[in-house]
Amino acid sequence: MIKARVIVTLKNGVLDPQGKAIEHALGGLGFDGVGQVRQGKVFDVELGHSDKARAEADLKAMCEKLLANTVIENYAVEIA
Amino acid sequence: MKSAVVLLPGLNRDRDMIAALTRISGQPPATVWETDTAIPDVDLIVIPGGFSYGDYLRCGAIAARMPALRAVAEKAAQGVMVIGVCNGFQILVEAGLLPGALMRNTSLKFVCREVKLEVANANTAFTRNYRPGQIIRCPVAHHDGNYFADAETLARLEGNGQVVFRYAEGTNPNGSINDIAGIVNDKGNVLGMMPHPENLIEAAHGGTDGRALFESALGIAA
Repeated sequence: MIKARVIVTLKNGVLDPQGKAIEHALGGLGFDGVGQVRQGKVFDVELGHSDKARAEADLKAMCEKLLANTVIENYAVEIA
Repeated sequence: MKSAVVLLPGLNRDRDMIAALTRISGQPPATVWETDTAIPDVDLIVIPGGFSYGDYLRCGAIAARMPALRAVAEKAAQGVMVIGVCNGFQILVEAGLLPGALMRNTSLKFVCREVKLEVANANTAFTRNYRPGQIIRCPVAHHDGNYFADAETLARLEGNGQVVFRYAEGTNPNGSINDIAGIVNDKGNVLGMMPHPENLIEAAHGGTDGRALFESALGIAA
C-alpha cells in the first residue's frame, strides 16, 4: 500500500482573507514578528497498490481533476 | 420555451427557482437529479443556489463532478442556455463552464442583504430586457462570492463584454474583482451570477427587478 500526502496552497497573488485573519489572531496572542500567513489544505490518500510511478500519475490527475482548483491553487504530492 | 432545474443534495433555493420559472414561463420546469445522465429537450437549464454537498472541499466542487453536470456541459456545448445562481454559479465555475473562481468573501462573513447591480452588458440573451447601464436591486446571500480571475482572463472578460452584472453604488458585498457579480461564457449562452434574481419577481417580494432576466432568457418580450 502507498500512503501519499497532497498539499494544496493558494497561488501567490491570490488574496487569502482567512490567512490574514489567522495572522492577525497570532499577533493578538502575543506572537511578535509573525509575517504573512497563508492557509492551505492537506489530504492523506491511501492507495491499494505499491506501484510508485502509477501512484504519482494518479495523484497528479486527482489534483488536476478535483483536489485543487488550479485557477487559484498550487499542489504538491509527497509519496511515503 | 421550456426550462429545467438541476436538483442536487444540499441545494435550498430550488423551490424559489421552480416557483419563479413556473410563474414567468407559465409551465413548471422539468427537474434533473444529480445522477441523471441526460437532460430533456429544453431551452433553458437553471442550477439554483444552496450548499450542494455541504460545500465540502470547495463550494460547488463535488456537484461539478456529478453526472448531471456532465449532461449540462453537453447541452451547453449544443448552445442551450444555462443559468447558475449563487451555488449554481460556483458549480459552473468548478465545472469549467465559466472561467475564474469564487473565493471566500473578504469580510470572512456570510452576507445576506440587498445590493445594487449595474447591467454592464444588456446585449446578451439573459439581459436584453434590461436597459444598458440600468441599476437594479437584487438580494445576495453567500459566504463565497468573491470572484477572482487572473489578469489575462479578466482582460478577456472585460474586452468581450462578458461581465454582465457589476455591484453598483459601493454595494460590493464580497470583495469581488472589478465589482463582478455575474459573467457569461465566450459563446454567451452560459450565465453565472451570485445575486438571486428569482427572489425579486413579484410585488410580494417587494420588487420585480429580477423578472426581466428570466423573461429575456425565456424569450418573453419586455
